[in-house]
Amino acid sequence: MNKTRPLYLDNAATTRCDPRVVEVMLPYLTEAYGNSGSRNHAFGWEAEEAVEKARDQAAALIGANAKEIIFTSGATESNNLAIKGAAHMYAKAPEGQTGRGHIITALHEHKAVLDPCKRLQKEGFDVTYLQPPADGVITVDMVAKEIRPDTILVSIMWANNEIGTINEVPAIGKLCHDKEIIFHSDGTQWVGKMPTDVERDNIDLLSWSGHKMYGPKGVGALYVRRRKPRVRLEAIVDGGGQERGMRSGTLNISGIAGFGKACELCQHEMQSEGERLLKFRNRLETELAKAIEVTQVNGNASKRVPNITNISFGFVEGESLLMGIKDIACSSGSACTSASLEPSYVLKSLGVGDELAHSSLRLSMSRWTTDKEIDYTIASITKAVLHLRKMSPLYDLYKEGVDISKIQWQTH
Amino acid sequence: MAYSDKVIEHYQNPHNVGSFGSSKEVQARKDIGVGIVGAPECGDVMQLHIQVSDAGVIQDAKFKCFGCGSAIASSSLATEWIKGKTVDQALAIKNTEIVEELSLPPVKIHCSVLAEDSIRAAIEDWKKKNGHATAVDTHAAHAR
Repeated sequence: MNKTRPLYLDNAATTRCDPRVVEVMLPYLTEAYGNSGSRNHAFGWEAEEAVEKARDQAAALIGANAKEIIFTSGATESNNLAIKGAAHMYAKAPEGQTGRGHIITALHEHKAVLDPCKRLQKEGFDVTYLQPPADGVITVDMVAKEIRPDTILVSIMWANNEIGTINEVPAIGKLCHDKEIIFHSDGTQWVGKMPTDVERDNIDLLSWSGHKMYGPKGVGALYVRRRKPRVRLEAIVDGGGQERGMRSGTLNISGIAGFGKACELCQHEMQSEGERLLKFRNRLETELAKAIEVTQVNGNASKRVPNITNISFGFVEGESLLMGIKDIACSSGSACTSASLEPSYVLKSLGVGDELAHSSLRLSMSRWTTDKEIDYTIASITKAVLHLRKMSPLYDLYKEGVDISKIQWQTH
Repeated sequence: MAYSDKVIEHYQNPHNVGSFGSSKEVQARKDIGVGIVGAPECGDVMQLHIQVSDAGVIQDAKFKCFGCGSAIASSSLATEWIKGKTVDQALAIKNTEIVEELSLPPVKIHCSVLAEDSIRAAIEDWKKKNGHATAVDTHAAHAR
């Protein structure tokens, strides 16, 4: 184990860029530095060739046509472009009026979906935020109940970034197609990890990011369906008209080349990788539950991506737990790890309870996670939780048989 | 967030962790004052037990804490500081002194406030049990 740096189990935040990806990127920073928009010389052609290769690789990963891939700076930009771009294009009333159209999303979506929706509300659109059930899975029925005659867009993420739960995306897509509503999915935690086919899965708009799938940071893509139906978007960034006018700006050639390579690697390795990560995840969950009483895996037990687990350890506060395992890089839903002093809104939306939200850890694995690291993590977490429970007044009360939820706490 | 060395030291080797018995046992003992402040949903609960002589000297103190490293360090430090002090001397401890000693960043000041509150609550409890006059409002007495 590397003594100087912690072992890394925060791959849902970002991944290491695969060395095979870096290798592909480097020439485009040094010798082949052309602008893909320069149509009249070899430097430009070289760059364009790299971009088109990457477009093919990205399209192949999701079963799309290369013409349907728009390169962006990452999933945040892709989500913004998809949601605002579709809302503005399909608005039912002009700017400055209300009743411009209805959008459906969910409370435990990423902020890069929620905040564009909030902005659209200020601009005269109506937004319904679905309340997820305790297992975190948004079903097609939940969406169906909220559809109105003026619904123009549904945005439901494929897999949740904090708990890894998988929503009923193909069925929701089918529903939207039947009702002629545009369907967007934030695929950041899904694409590259799980088999994706935009035709089979009925997707109109799909966002994803390079750096969550062993590619570079600062590059992502938005899939925009071209037929049945042809989806049109109003651009956010105007300028040179690159990316079919949907996203102007000189392309990030080295980043895009790396993104393409990352897509290709994921396509080839996702199955064996997924099986390996699922074993790790199951081992983490079962062995921690065996070693430590009152642990809870958050989110649906089976409908989850293999690389993420989110576990609450009762009576122990998350930030102090992170301190106890400081040689493991991971994250917590505890208030103290965020600037807001609010515990994870994702866990809260599931009704996990603030106390268990404060007590949660998210562990997310990668291509490079080893058996030994999993062993070490189980041992470290167990040791830290037991250390903290020795000083936990809540654990004492639990042992005395007191129902903590019934106590009148002196809040301040 | 980077912690000060003192916070890390208290976290790893907290002083005076424990209690003088179960919640029922300490309730029945007149020489023990109990202070429990905070709430699980806020991510901080501090429990302070003090053992006080008839003369009003805090002879021993034990804490338990559900909270971040700074909360653990604040309560650990509080037990160190109040041991051997009279209840009046202990009431004079200000949260700002804890902030200074542990180099707590602004976002962690509430941890020190909680530690001060737990001292006040424990002394209050001891006074009540022993028929001493208690402050009408402990919170009005100190500035946040």
